[in-house]
Amino acid sequence: MDILNFLNEFTSHDLVEKSSSRRQMLGTFGSLGKKAALAAIPFGLATSKAKAATQTNEAISALQLALTLEYLEADFYIKALDSGVLPSGRPEAVYMQISKHETAHVNFLKAGLGDAAFDSPDFDFTAGGAFDPFNPNNDAAYAQLLVLAQAFEDTGVRAYKGQATNLMGTAFLQPALRIHSVEARHAAEVRRLRAAFLGDPLNENLLPWITLDNRGPGMPAVTQPVYDGEQNVVQAGLDLTTVTNFDAVSISQAYDEPISGEVAIQIASLFFDSCDKCPSF
Amino acid sequence: MMKRPIIKVRHSDVTPNGGSASRRKFLKLGGLALAGGSLLLYSCSEEELSQQEDILGRDANGGDAFNLGTGDLAILNYAYILEQLEAAFYTRVLEGSYWESADPVEKLYLEDLQAHEVIHREFFKTVLSATFSSEEVAPDLEFDFSTIDFSDRDSVLGTSIVLEDTGVSAYNGAGDLIENPAYLVAAGKIVSVEARHASALRSIYLPGFTEFAGDDIIDENGLDLVAEPKDVLDTVVSTGFIENELIYNNIPNG
Repeated sequence: MDILNFLNEFTSHDLVEKSSSRRQMLGTFGSLGKKAALAAIPFGLATSKAKAATQTNEAISALQLALTLEYLEADFYIKALDSGVLPSGRPEAVYMQISKHETAHVNFLKAGLGDAAFDSPDFDFTAGGAFDPFNPNNDAAYAQLLVLAQAFEDTGVRAYKGQATNLMGTAFLQPALRIHSVEARHAAEVRRLRAAFLGDPLNENLLPWITLDNRGPGMPAVTQPVYDGEQNVVQAGLDLTTVTNFDAVSISQAYDEPISGEVAIQIASLFFDSCDKCPSF
Repeated sequence: MMKRPIIKVRHSDVTPNGGSASRRKFLKLGGLALAGGSLLLYSCSEEELSQQEDILGRDANGGDAFNLGTGDLAILNYAYILEQLEAAFYTRVLEGSYWESADPVEKLYLEDLQAHEVIHREFFKTVLSATFSSEEVAPDLEFDFSTIDFSDRDSVLGTSIVLEDTGVSAYNGAGDLIENPAYLVAAGKIVSVEARHASALRSIYLPGFTEFAGDDIIDENGLDLVAEPKDVLDTVVSTGFIENELIYNNIPNG
């Protein structure tokens, strides 16, 4: 696949114009689930038509990014549960619960995007041979399932966070925030599972929250982009190491950092098999 | 002086992880159900109600009530108040005998949570103070946690879970009401950490393997808790944890 081309197209507003007119998009938003529709702020309330169109394009792009990541997660958990690698009991139960949510997120976003939705790309969870997570004969398969789940969940949290301002003033901000916090709940539990698996639950880098930009023991270097930037201690222009009596470790834990759509797709693209079925963007 | 609310805890039918086999008690705050949930009742006699009305606009100590204001100011004050509550609660937890002899993982988690919530509190205090005049910014609140037994694991962890889930629902409900994108970003950075807290505490304490994101809090679309500011504040006020009187009739609502 051509990642650069993929990224360029992803970040282009033209893709939205290609797939549907603004009027169709407004219709798309009308196809929101009933709960979201109840909370909807009509686009007609936007201050100008031009602003509304821009907002709509940004929102569609944000939701298409979200759908891509949810497809990735949903497919991963289904294959993990089918693999026979997961130990029964807590690991299997946790993955089943997360799988249920990720599949629900896919369906929710597809319904919301309507005509702007697309079919799932094909994924390669070996990342070109780096992992072999669904192979019961691979002794490291369960460890790899934990590594991938942690990377996907921590990425999901950061990616949704990065799209929040693109969804301001739309009916999708609140549902996106509510998905965002579910991803954070997942991330915390997967991190706890990994800490239990490694037998090191007091390790600062295996806690449910992220310390500095540490990916933690057992996470391969290829996952480092998931954590780059998490060490930030400056919030709203305030250096919290001076405002509070706490150090960078605690302050970095207390805030999760956003990532851009470009970074999110770069991380996810490690697992794209081919773009034959990639979204039209 | 207004009496404290009477918190009645109903025995539930669940056995938390790591606990004894005896029936455990849970707190429920407002509409937020916990697994095997129980009741938190605000009991208030008619006499007390009339006293409250008599002192409308004044707090229990006769001081001025605090009005959260309007717009983003109100939302920031709201977040600051919730973070003050959480920070004060965990600070008391760390002074209690349960924490002193707790399991090492629970001990570490609660220590971290106290740090995170104090950091959040100081963040909002600094942002508010830099942006608004001092009388518009919530004061350092007084708290009354006499209904919490800080020597008891159930009381501490049960309350912690309710506070964290409440925080998640509150930030999720406030996002749509924020006007300044910078505040939305800040709230987004905090809410996912609150969700990590909630998940970890639920995982440690509640029975079953799926409570970290249980069906009691995540709906069929895979969406988390959400609540309006007024509803959250009504519920928080009803616990009696906050001694100051709060006025929030002008806070944005969806």
